[in-house]
Amino acid sequence: MYESMAQFAQTFGLVYFFLIFAAAVVYALWPSNRKRFDAAAEIPLREE
Amino acid sequence: MTHAQAAKRFSWDEGGIIALLGLTTLFCLFIVAKTHDSAFAFHGWLGLIASIGGIFAVVNGYQNRKGEQPEEVGGLPNYQMGPVKLGTFFSVFWGIAGFAAGLYIALQLAFPALNLDLPWTTFGRLRPLHTSAVIFAFGGNVLIATSLYVVQRTCRARTAGGLWPWFVVWGYNFFIVIAATGYLLGITQSKEYAEPEWYADLWLTVVWVAYLLVFLGTIWKRKEPHIYVANWFYLAFIVTIAMLHIVNNLTLPISLTEPKSYIVWSGVQDAMTQWWYGHNAVGFFLTAGFLAIMYYFIPKRAERPVYSYRLSIVHFWSLIFIYIWAGPHHLHYTAVPQWAQTLGMTFSIMLWMPSWGGMINGLMTLSGAWDKLRTDPVLRMLVVSVAFYGMSTFEGPLMSVRAVNSLSHYTDWTIGHVHSGALGWVGYISFGALYCLVPWLWNKRELYSLKLVAWHFWISTIGIVLYITSMWVSGIMQGLMWRAYTRLGFLEYSFIETVEAMEPFYVIRALGGALFLIGALIMAYNLWMTVRVGEEAEEPAATPALQPAE
Repeated sequence: MYESMAQFAQTFGLVYFFLIFAAAVVYALWPSNRKRFDAAAEIPLREE
Repeated sequence: MTHAQAAKRFSWDEGGIIALLGLTTLFCLFIVAKTHDSAFAFHGWLGLIASIGGIFAVVNGYQNRKGEQPEEVGGLPNYQMGPVKLGTFFSVFWGIAGFAAGLYIALQLAFPALNLDLPWTTFGRLRPLHTSAVIFAFGGNVLIATSLYVVQRTCRARTAGGLWPWFVVWGYNFFIVIAATGYLLGITQSKEYAEPEWYADLWLTVVWVAYLLVFLGTIWKRKEPHIYVANWFYLAFIVTIAMLHIVNNLTLPISLTEPKSYIVWSGVQDAMTQWWYGHNAVGFFLTAGFLAIMYYFIPKRAERPVYSYRLSIVHFWSLIFIYIWAGPHHLHYTAVPQWAQTLGMTFSIMLWMPSWGGMINGLMTLSGAWDKLRTDPVLRMLVVSVAFYGMSTFEGPLMSVRAVNSLSHYTDWTIGHVHSGALGWVGYISFGALYCLVPWLWNKRELYSLKLVAWHFWISTIGIVLYITSMWVSGIMQGLMWRAYTRLGFLEYSFIETVEAMEPFYVIRALGGALFLIGALIMAYNLWMTVRVGEEAEEPAATPALQPAE
């Protein structure tokens, strides 16, 4: 039981994290998101 | 509606707070009546006074208010800044108290007679008082105040929940008082950064859930379609701290009338949970929360958008997914399985990635505006804090490597590392944020004196450098002395010889702490004078008179 759970955590855990990281990077770098993110960066500066 | 004056009703938030404080009053009455423990009875009395006072304040506020608070006034959001101001005040107050306590125990290490031979003033009781005062009281109030400010401004919406933000600030500070007096009276769970006992933990859970709901509610009714990255970091901080706090404090009190409790698991599981909690208190309280401050206040002060918004997204997701696994590096060479230790160490090394991503993003926000560092000491403080962030988060993963850890663990090197992060990163980003916030909140043109900010900056920088260098030398020396063997295979030094060798460095460290405290006192004076005599800022835009409804 312990062996198999440890085994699972050590292999699929890695795959799972890598996929999430890849998804975050793709989301951040997706070309059509660029405009939205550039506008979002201005939020603190255009207040009142 | 034909007439402006709406009928005044008792609102849900007022009723909810009174009901909660009513229950607290009953519980405290029960404690006061039943307990045999005088320290617990003292806390019962404190709770009784505070909750009755709270009910009185809510009823009084109801009687004095004219109607409902509008969401907008003259087309602008009607921000609720009262709780932010209160949190700002508390953060400066607890900051001074916490730094002073730190200086005092630093002096105790060099001059042991200062423990006064009294139980309440021994190092063992004052040390958690110091760590909780600086991390949770000072840092926590900075985080609550800035988060309530930033979420309103970047969502362009008034805080949700009516009076509940007030409850969050007062309730949190009441928790601080219970925790701090408990340590002095000897009430503790003896878990690092989680010392308060079960009843204080329950109260904090209530306050924290209210905080989470206020924050989420404000985001929910935002006028700005995008949720700015600072709010992501604040939200990660609030949600994760809730989870960590609840899991690490799953304890059973030995009786409802006793302050003592025991955790439901024991041994290595308890140790693992504790350091999962402990390391993420660093990762999500002292890092994610203060990164939110960085992402709002540095662009604001530099008047430039953050260097790369896309980098901030990668920074966010990698930070929250990696940090949560790094805890086992606190338990190298223990009964924790070897593979779990290695996992903690590997994830710690990977933390270099978000750490330097964040540092680059913060520093490069100044590209094209570096000249401001020469003229604006507040911005200098914010930027140096990011440099300290980069430095201490480079050092941390290094120390998590098992071989390095075998030298550094249990020595003063760890203390030096913690303080380069706490004084340099957390302290400076907080001071920078406070220097920005106070003029904004009290509607002043500028700080009372930028010169005093420069003095604060240099005095405390020298203080930090003295502190961390002395602890490096002392810690590495201590580690080397512990592992030194004679030719015949005996340990070369007795424990007391290492203590003797470290004494000069303890004096230097106390000197560094004194300089840091002096800097903070200068700040407190400067902020106080800003509020009292600072020049009024011009009205942002003349508020148009309210037109009577047709």
